[in-house]
Amino acid sequence: MQLTVWTYEGPPHVGAMRVATGMTGLHYVLHAPQGDTYADLLFTMIERRDHRPPVTYTTFQARDLGKDTAELFMTAARDAYERFKPQAMIVGASCTAELIQDDPAGLAETMGLGCPVIPLELPSYSRKENWGASETFYQLVRGLADKTRRPLPAVGEAGPRRPRANLLGPTALGFRHRDDVVEITRLLGQLGIDVHVAAPMGATPADLVRLGEADFNICLYPEIAAQACAWLERTFRQKTVKTVPIGVNATREFVAEVCEAAGVMMPAAVDQGRMGWWSRSVDSTYLTGKRVFIFGDGTHAVAAARVASEELGFKVVGLGCYNREFAREIRAAAEKYGVEPLITDDYLVVEDAIAAAAPELVLGTQMERHIAKRLRLPCAVISAPVHVQDFPARYSPQMGFEGANVLFDTWVHPLVMGLEEHLLTMFRDDFEFSDAAGPSHLGHASAAAHAPAAVAEAAPVAAETNPAPAASGRDNQASATKQPSGWTDEALAELGKIPFFVRGKARRNTERYAAEHGVDSITRETLYEAKAHYAR
Amino acid sequence: MSAGPASGCDAPPVGIDGILRERGQREVFCGLTGIIWLHRKIQDAFFLVVGSRTCAHLLQSAAGVMVFAEPRFGTAIIEEKDLAGLADANEELDRVVTRLLARRPDIRMLFLVGSCPSEVIKLDLSRAAQRLNQRFSDCHVLSYSGSGIETTFTQGEDACLAALVPDLPFTDAHQLMVVGSLPDVVEDQFLRLFADLGIERVVSLPARRSRQMPAVGPNTRYLLAQPFLAETGVALEKRGAVHLPALFPFGAEGTTAWLHAAAQAFGVAEDRFEIVTRPPRERARKALAAHRTALTGKSIFFLPDSQLEVPLARFLAGELGMRLVEVGTPYLHKGHLIDELAALPPGTLISEGQDVEKQLDRVQASRPDLTVCGLGLANPLERTGLSTKWAIELVFSPIHGYEQAGDLAELFARPLNRRDVLRV
Repeated sequence: MQLTVWTYEGPPHVGAMRVATGMTGLHYVLHAPQGDTYADLLFTMIERRDHRPPVTYTTFQARDLGKDTAELFMTAARDAYERFKPQAMIVGASCTAELIQDDPAGLAETMGLGCPVIPLELPSYSRKENWGASETFYQLVRGLADKTRRPLPAVGEAGPRRPRANLLGPTALGFRHRDDVVEITRLLGQLGIDVHVAAPMGATPADLVRLGEADFNICLYPEIAAQACAWLERTFRQKTVKTVPIGVNATREFVAEVCEAAGVMMPAAVDQGRMGWWSRSVDSTYLTGKRVFIFGDGTHAVAAARVASEELGFKVVGLGCYNREFAREIRAAAEKYGVEPLITDDYLVVEDAIAAAAPELVLGTQMERHIAKRLRLPCAVISAPVHVQDFPARYSPQMGFEGANVLFDTWVHPLVMGLEEHLLTMFRDDFEFSDAAGPSHLGHASAAAHAPAAVAEAAPVAAETNPAPAASGRDNQASATKQPSGWTDEALAELGKIPFFVRGKARRNTERYAAEHGVDSITRETLYEAKAHYAR
Repeated sequence: MSAGPASGCDAPPVGIDGILRERGQREVFCGLTGIIWLHRKIQDAFFLVVGSRTCAHLLQSAAGVMVFAEPRFGTAIIEEKDLAGLADANEELDRVVTRLLARRPDIRMLFLVGSCPSEVIKLDLSRAAQRLNQRFSDCHVLSYSGSGIETTFTQGEDACLAALVPDLPFTDAHQLMVVGSLPDVVEDQFLRLFADLGIERVVSLPARRSRQMPAVGPNTRYLLAQPFLAETGVALEKRGAVHLPALFPFGAEGTTAWLHAAAQAFGVAEDRFEIVTRPPRERARKALAAHRTALTGKSIFFLPDSQLEVPLARFLAGELGMRLVEVGTPYLHKGHLIDELAALPPGTLISEGQDVEKQLDRVQASRPDLTVCGLGLANPLERTGLSTKWAIELVFSPIHGYEQAGDLAELFARPLNRRDVLRV
C-alpha cells in the first residue's frame, strides 16, 4: 500500500478516457462501479468540454455482485452500440471490475456488435494514467490500421505531391495539446508538409485505418504515442520524428529532422518568433542564474530544463518527473545540469525537494502550484496534471516558435521584474515595498497569504511557538533542519532585511558556511562573510 | 446530445406508489466524496481511504479545486502485491497508519474508509480499527464504507455518522440532538434559536472536535438536519434516541416546521415560539421575495444526486412557485421524507435511481428552465441551451435555516439571471 495525499496520475482507465474523449466516433464501455463516473467531470469541468465523454459505465452496485454483473456489462454494451452507433468500441474494466473478473473483452467478442471492438487490458493496481493512454492508443492503432495501405506515389498525375505526416499523441485533457496541434500543423505547412492524420485527438476510427498512407510519423507526446509510433515504424516502415519541439532550439532541430524525414529542403528562413531576442534584450539580464526547480512529466520536464538553461539563462537546481517510464531521460538530463534526478510520484517528497533546493522559480504541474504557493515561490505550469486555469481561452501553445514565445511570457511574468527587484532592495523599509505587500504584479491577494510565511522565515523562533500555517507532523521534521543553529538577534534582524525571494538562500548559505567553518554563533559578520563566500 | 430518441422516453414505468424507479447507468458520486466536507467539519479527524488510485483521483478531482490547505484525508492505495498475497494487506495497512499518525500527531480521530476494491477483496476494516485502537491510545480509530457499491454521494456522511453512534457516551439527560453536518455558521444560528426557545441542552452530531462528540440515551430527541441519514437514524434509535419527524429546514416554512417539532417535544409555549421565530421568519420571507420574480412559474428538473432533491423541490414549489418537471433522487427514504412528500404538489413525478441516458432524453423532451445535475452533465446540457445548477454546490454551501433561505433561492435564480444578462 502506498500512502497518497495528491496523485499526479489517475488510474489507467482515465488514460483510455483521454484517448476516447479526444476522438470522435469511438465509444468506450467501461465495467465500473457506481461512482467511477466522476471522471466525466475532468473533461466537462476542467477542460470545459461541451459534450459528455463517450463512455458508458456499467455502474454496478453491491446488490449486483451477488447476481450477474457480466449480464449487466453486456446490456450496457448493447445499449451503447444501439444508441451511439460508433465506428468502433473499446471495452475494459476499472480497478474494481478487474477484481471481479467478468472478462469484458471475452464477453464483447461473443456479442457480435456491429462494429470493431478493441479490448483493453489496463492493470489498475500496477499501472497509471499515461500508461493507460499509451496502451489504449497502441491497441487502437494496431487493431484498426489497415496494413495494406501505403503512401501514394510521390509523383502523381497532377505532378509531385506534398509529403504527409501523421501527428501522434494529442489527447483530451492534455496540457495545451489543443494549441500545439494547431501550431505544429502551421509549421509543417510552412515547410510544405501536410498533416495526414492527427490522432488520437480529432481523429475518428476511420482515420486510424488509413495511418499507413502517411510518409512518416511525428511523435509529439512520447508518453502517449511512442509505443504506437514504434509499431507503425515496424509495420509500415514509416520514420518517426522524435524531437519534441518545445523551445527555440528544439524547434529548430525538429524542423531539420522533419525536413529530412520528408525529403524536403530546409527552408532558408523560417520565422523563429521573438523569444530569442526577448531573452537577449537587456531587460532580461536579471533572469541570469535564476534558480529554477523543474518537475512534470518526463518529456515536458526535460524540454523545460533545456529552455530554462539555454534559452533563458536560468540555473536548473532541481529536475524530476512523476512517470517512471521516462526515468532514463530525466537521469540523463539531470546529469547534464549537475543535479540529482527526482523520480517520484509522492507529492510530499517533491515538496521537500523543492523546499531544500530553495529555487526562485518553480516550473511544475498543478501540484507544484500548490507547493509553490505554500513556500511562497513564483510558479508556472509546464505539464499535466492540469487545472481549469491551464485551459486558457486564448491561443497558447507550448510547442513551435509561437510556443517558445508563450514559454518566455509565462515563465518570466511570475518573477519580480528586474527594476522592481532592485527597488525592493533599496527601499525595503518602504511600506509599499515591504515583504508583506508582496510583488506588485501578483496583485493584492498575494499579500495576505504570503505574510505568515515571511514572518516565519525571518523569525523561526516565533514560528515554532505559532504553528499556524499548515502545521503538520511532517513540518516538525522540516523545521528541525531549519533550526536557527546559533543565530544571534542582530544577524536574524539583518536576515529580515534581505528581500524575501533571496532570504531562504541567504539563510541556507550562511548556515552552511557556519557549519563548514566551525562558526558556532552566527553574527551579522558571518552573514556577510557567507555572502562574499558564495558570491556568484 | 447526439443520442437519438429512446423508447423509454414516451411512457416511463411508474410504480403503483406513483414513483418511477429506474436501473441503468447512474451518473453520481460515490460516498467517498463526503470526506470533502466531513474533514472540514471534524477538525481533528483524518479520513484514510483504503482503496485504489481511482479513489485517490476521485477525491482530488472533486476536492482539488477547492482544498488548498494540507488536507486531512488521504488514500492508502492498494497495489498489486497487496492483492497477490505477497504482503499481508493488514500488515501493510498498519504500516501506513503508523506512518500517517507519526506524521500527523495532531490527529485524534482516524476513519478508515472502505472503498469498492477493499470491499470486493473483503478487507475487514472494522477489525483493523479494533486492532489499531489497541496500538494508538491518542487516536480513536473508526471505520465505515464510502464505496460506490454500497453508498451514493451523501450516503457517505450517513455511514460516517452511523459509525460514530455506537461509541458515543451514554446520558439519560433530556436533550435535543441536531444530526447532520452543517456549516458552523448555520449550526450556531440554530443553537441560538433553540436557546431562545428555552431548550437547554442541545448537542450536535458530529461535533467539531472528536473529543467533544455528544452523549446519547433514551431521553435524547433528535432532529435530522439532512435528509440522507437513514443509517444514522437507525443507529441512534438503537441507543434509545427518538426521532422528531418534521420538514427539513430549507426555506422559511421548512425551518419553522423543523424548529416547531423540537419546540413541541420540549414543551415550548406557542406564543414564545412565535416571538422567537417571527423576526427571522420575516427576514427569510423578505429575502425570498427578492428572487420570486426570477423563479415563479419556471420549470425545474432534478437529476438524482444528493437526496436533498425532495426537500428542495418542496421549498422551490411551495415558497417560490416553481414548476416541478421531475424530482430525481438516488434513494428515497419514505420514512424520513413522509412530511416532505405530502407537501409536494399533487402529481409530482418522483424518480428513484437512474438510467442516465433515458433521463437525459426526458430532460431534452421537457426543456426545463433549470436542470439540477452533477458536474459531468452541466456543460453538455448548457451547450444544448439548457440552464443548469450544479448539485454539488447545494451540498457545500450554507443553505439551511432562515438566514440562508434567500441564499438558497439565489443559487437557483443565478443561472437564470446570468442567462438573461449575457449577450455573448
